[in-house]
Amino acid sequence: MLSDLSGWAIAAVAVLGVLSVASGIAVFVVDSMARATFALLGSFLAVAGILLALDLVYLAVVTALMMTIEMAIMAVFMIMFMMNPAGLMPMTMVHNAKGSAVVGAGAFAVLAVGIWTIDWPTRSGEQPPDSTRQLGEAIMGSHMLVMLTIGIALFATILAGTVLATARGRYDRFGADLTARRPDDPVPGGLPR
Amino acid sequence: MPDADTLPEMWGVVPAALAVALIGVALGLVVAATDRAVLTGRAAGAAVEPLRASARLLLEQRRTTLAPDRLLWRLGCVALPTLALLSLAVVPVDGRTLLLTSADLVWFNAMEALLWAALWLVGWGPNSFHALTGGYRFLAQGLAYELPLMFALVTVGVGAGSLRTTDVLAAQEGLWFAVTMPVAFVVFVASAAAFAFWGPFAAPTAADIAGGVTAELSGVDRLLVEAGRAIFLGATAAMAAALFLGGDSGPWLPGPVWHLLKTLAVVAALVWIGRRLPVLRPDRTVEIGWMVLVPLTLLQALVVAVLVLTGFYA
Amino acid sequence: MTAELVLQILLTVAAGLVGVGLFGALSQQSIVMVMMGLELVLNGVLLAGGAAWFFLAPELPDAQVLVVVALVVMAVEMAMGFAVTVAIYRARQVDMVDMAADLRG
Repeated sequence: MLSDLSGWAIAAVAVLGVLSVASGIAVFVVDSMARATFALLGSFLAVAGILLALDLVYLAVVTALMMTIEMAIMAVFMIMFMMNPAGLMPMTMVHNAKGSAVVGAGAFAVLAVGIWTIDWPTRSGEQPPDSTRQLGEAIMGSHMLVMLTIGIALFATILAGTVLATARGRYDRFGADLTARRPDDPVPGGLPR
Repeated sequence: MPDADTLPEMWGVVPAALAVALIGVALGLVVAATDRAVLTGRAAGAAVEPLRASARLLLEQRRTTLAPDRLLWRLGCVALPTLALLSLAVVPVDGRTLLLTSADLVWFNAMEALLWAALWLVGWGPNSFHALTGGYRFLAQGLAYELPLMFALVTVGVGAGSLRTTDVLAAQEGLWFAVTMPVAFVVFVASAAAFAFWGPFAAPTAADIAGGVTAELSGVDRLLVEAGRAIFLGATAAMAAALFLGGDSGPWLPGPVWHLLKTLAVVAALVWIGRRLPVLRPDRTVEIGWMVLVPLTLLQALVVAVLVLTGFYA
Repeated sequence: MTAELVLQILLTVAAGLVGVGLFGALSQQSIVMVMMGLELVLNGVLLAGGAAWFFLAPELPDAQVLVVVALVVMAVEMAMGFAVTVAIYRARQVDMVDMAADLRG
C-alpha cells in the first residue's frame, strides 16, 4: 500500500504511528489497570495497522491475534495481582521515575540521532508478489533452523511455565504412595476419570 | 477465473463495503429469525420479531450502573458487531472477497481473537459482579476452543495450499473439504458456536449469573452485542460453507444461491442443535478441548498433509 | 516524500516505542507493569523490522523472520513472566519488584 508513497497512505501510517506511541505512553499514565492493558493493545494494533500498510499481511494479523489473546490473559493477571485494578483510588506505583525517564529519553535520543544521521541505503530489490509465501518458504527452507529453535524454545516455555505456575505435583493429586484411583483436583475437568 | 479478484475492483470500494455490511446484517437477522422460529416452533412472524425487538432496543433508554468504565464498555459493545463484519470481509461472495489478503484465514482468526478482548470489555465495563464473571468465563472458554479452531483452519490451509479463501474455494472444485476433513469441519462449526457464546457454549451469558456479560446491557448497547453475536454466527456459517462445503459450487443454480443455501443450512443446524443442548461449564470444555480436540485436529491435519503429498487435492 | 524519509519517520516511531517501554520497564514497581514495558520495547522492534523489510531489502525474507522471532520472544517473555509472578506470589504474596529485591544475586 505504501509502494506508491501516496499522500493518504503516508498520512494513515503517520496517524497510526502517533497513535501507537500515544497509547504506549497512556499505558503508564492511566490509573485503571484494565485501561493500561487495553492501551497497550491499542499500541500493538496500531503497529499491526502499519505492518498491514507495509504489505506484511501475515505478520500484521498474527501480531493482532497473538497480542489480543495475550492482553486478554494479561488483564486477568492484572486484576488478580494489582491492588487497584479499576483505578478508582489513584495511586502511584513507581520507583526511580526520574532516572528511568532519563534512560528512556536517552535511548530514544541516541536511536533518533542514528536514524536521522545515517545515510540509508536505497532498496536493494523488488518486493515479492506475496510476502506471506516469502516468509513461509523462508522458515520452511533457508531459515528452517530459526523455526526449529523457536519450536523448542516454545515447548520449553510451556513446560517451564507450567512447572513454575503450579504448586501441585503428582503426590498432591494421587496421594503420598501414588495409589489413588482418581486424582484429587480442585477443578474436576470435563473427562470421566 | 473471474476478471476482477476482489469485490471493490468489481463494484467500487464504497458499494462493495456497503454490500458486505448489508449481507452481514441480513445474515444476523436470518440467525435471529431462525432462533425465534426454533424457540417458538412457529415460522410465522419469526422474521419480523428480530426487527421489532431491535426497534424497541433502539428506543429504550440506557440503564447505567454505579461507577462504570464507560469508555471501555462502549468500546467493547461497538467492537462486537464491527469485528463480526470485518471477519465477513474475507468470506467470498460470488467467488470474490471484499479484502484480498495473502492470509485470509489468519485474518478471520484474528478478528475472532479480538472478540476475546471485546467481550471481556463488555463484561468489565459496567462494574458489575455478574458481568465480569461472564467475561472471565468467556476467556476460559476461549482457551478451550482457540487451539482446535486454529488447527482446523491450518488443515484447510494445508489442503488448499494457500491461506486465501478464494484459493480454498478453487481447491474444492472436485470434492468438498468436509469429506476429507470431517473433524476440522465439526470443530470449526462448534468453535463458531463457542466464540458467538451460543448454544452449549453460552456460559458467559448463562442464567446462573443473571445473563453474565449481558446482565447490565440495555438499549443500543444490548442491540449492538446481540447483533454482533448474530452476525458472528451468520458470518462463520458463511465461512464454514465456503471452507468446507464448496462455497458456491453446485449444479443448475447460480453460485451465490448455492452459497446462500449452504450458509442457511449451517445456520439452521447451529441454531437447531444449539438450542437442544445444555450449557457446558467452561472448566469442563477446557479439558475436552486440550485432551481430546487438540490431538484429534492434529491427526486430522496429518491425514490431510499426507493426502496433499499423495497429490489427492491436485 | 521520499522512501528514505518515510523509513526514517517509521524508525523514529519505533525508537519512541522503545524509549517509552524502557521508561516503563525501569520505573514500574508491579511485575506485570514491568512486563508491559518490555512488551512495548519489543513492539518497537516489530515496527522497525517491518519497516526495514519494506524499505531496504524486500526481496530477502530475513527481516520478516526477525519479526517472527520478536513475536516469539514476546510470547515467551509473557508466559515466563506470568509463571514467575504466580510462583513468587504463591511463595510470599509478593507482586512488586521492590519486595523481591533480596533475590538479586
